[in-house]
Amino acid sequence: MGISLLTFCYLVASVTFILGLKMLSDPASARKGNLIAAGGMVIAIIGTIFLYEDNGENLHNYGWIFGGIIIGALAGAFAARKVKMTAMPEMVSLFNGMGGACAALISTSEFHRIGLTTSPAWDVNSMEDGGGSRLLVILLGLIIGSVSFAGSMIAWGKLNGRIRDFTFRGQHLFNIILLLVAISLAGYLLASLSATNFYLFYVVLALALIYGALFVFPIGGADMPVVISLLNSFTGVAAACGGFLYANKAMLTGGILVGAAGTLLTILMCKAMNRSLANVLLGSFGGSPQAATASKDQGSYKEISITDAAMVMAYAHKVMIVPGYGLAVAQAQHACHELEKLLVEKGVEVKYAIHPVAGRMPGHMNVLLAEADVSYDNLLEMDKANEEFPTTDVVLVLGANDVVNPAAKKDPSSPIYGMPILEVELAKSCIVNKRSMKPGYAGIENDLFFQPKTSMLFGDAKKVLQDLIAEIKSL
Amino acid sequence: MDSVLNWISTNQQMIYIVILMIFLGIEVIGRVPSVLHTPLMSGANAIHGVVIIGAIIVMGKAESNNYTALILGFFAVVLGALNVVGGFVVTDRMLEMFKKKKQKNGN
Repeated sequence: MGISLLTFCYLVASVTFILGLKMLSDPASARKGNLIAAGGMVIAIIGTIFLYEDNGENLHNYGWIFGGIIIGALAGAFAARKVKMTAMPEMVSLFNGMGGACAALISTSEFHRIGLTTSPAWDVNSMEDGGGSRLLVILLGLIIGSVSFAGSMIAWGKLNGRIRDFTFRGQHLFNIILLLVAISLAGYLLASLSATNFYLFYVVLALALIYGALFVFPIGGADMPVVISLLNSFTGVAAACGGFLYANKAMLTGGILVGAAGTLLTILMCKAMNRSLANVLLGSFGGSPQAATASKDQGSYKEISITDAAMVMAYAHKVMIVPGYGLAVAQAQHACHELEKLLVEKGVEVKYAIHPVAGRMPGHMNVLLAEADVSYDNLLEMDKANEEFPTTDVVLVLGANDVVNPAAKKDPSSPIYGMPILEVELAKSCIVNKRSMKPGYAGIENDLFFQPKTSMLFGDAKKVLQDLIAEIKSL
Repeated sequence: MDSVLNWISTNQQMIYIVILMIFLGIEVIGRVPSVLHTPLMSGANAIHGVVIIGAIIVMGKAESNNYTALILGFFAVVLGALNVVGGFVVTDRMLEMFKKKKQKNGN
């Protein structure tokens, strides 16, 4: 009775995962979808705790289980509530890493069980039926989970600025060799696990961790969302390995579903940047020093004062705001909305041009501006915005850089060549707010800043917006 | 060759699930607008937190004097719970903002 009820629980959970993911891909039902999937997860967890039977025996160690769940749940809920909107991508990466680590720990623990249950210890030939395929999924879960964990931690550190890009000559080759060694060792264990070589399991674990870290290290910060999405699907596959291990269908459906959807999502993200996944993973342009030094002397740029900028915008017909990561860092979305309202009162038409990969994650800007109550109708997607730039008087670029870099259209040698951009240079004039002349995340110079139509307005986005608001009010 | 075929026939249910889920996963999010990429990634992140079930099983099967298993299992449960709860809460927070905007449009 218990076991069949549990099967039903897992069935319900699997359906909610599919339904949840489906609903998450439509704005109208997304929030409900998330809650439905969460509900299914609760059913699966409670069902497992109370109904799971192993050889007719219920689970024990309830104290440890509930203790662990309570600690993890409180810490997770606290961190998720406290995190600023700008730090969301890091948070997702961190949680993803936790899932990967969880899968690796499960594999480690199950591996120990092999040592305990075989006699003589660690003899692969004396393992019960299906021992070989058990060991296979244990090793797969270990490698994928560890890579996902280490990679996610590095991605997390990079996004919050704790870790810098790190490359060395021949790194890609070294990484590939590292991975091959780890896989060969795993294959060797699979064929001939014994009491004398079981320690190699920990070597595989260490190699997988190092590989995960080195795999993410050279990838530029601007590409982190793609990497996180990819690692997300890795963790899904690691969870599915657990599903194989325990013949658990909820883990299997959830894991594979995320693995497949995550892979597609990764590809969609790459498409939004007009790049291939291989290019993102191997290109590693964020850290390449040549890109920065190769830029030719581009002449001088001109600055504009707050007063002049306020004047130009207040008397324009149409102003287009291009938000970027700088806006997110400065938490300037509310000030931005205030400026918009003020300009609208003055009879100026104000729109936002949203590049699909502006910020650190696709959709980042939409979420941020929605938080500040900016109306959805005023957010223009890239194609629509590009149609409107020729009739725009002033473009205000707030902390965006690579997504407005004309080199992506004109300079085939540029690392971002081919990426669709917001063609702000089509507008009559352009005011660029940045903190300094430092290149953006792609590490390349931006011709836009040196064009005669462009004027620079240096400073923190929030501070500049507040000054602009004060100035326009006093006009 | 025999062992491979054997393996397929013993695990055929699981293999069917894997294949169908791959197609379903791709189909289900195929038409997602780019606005929802971030919340969708976050939601998917929470769903793979289902790995916590494995952690609970590991923990629950551990003999109470096997400290290695207990400690490994305990950490796995903590991390899994972090992934699940944190994942769903973060996703909900992101989507909350979309909802606020919608109500405003309705007015």
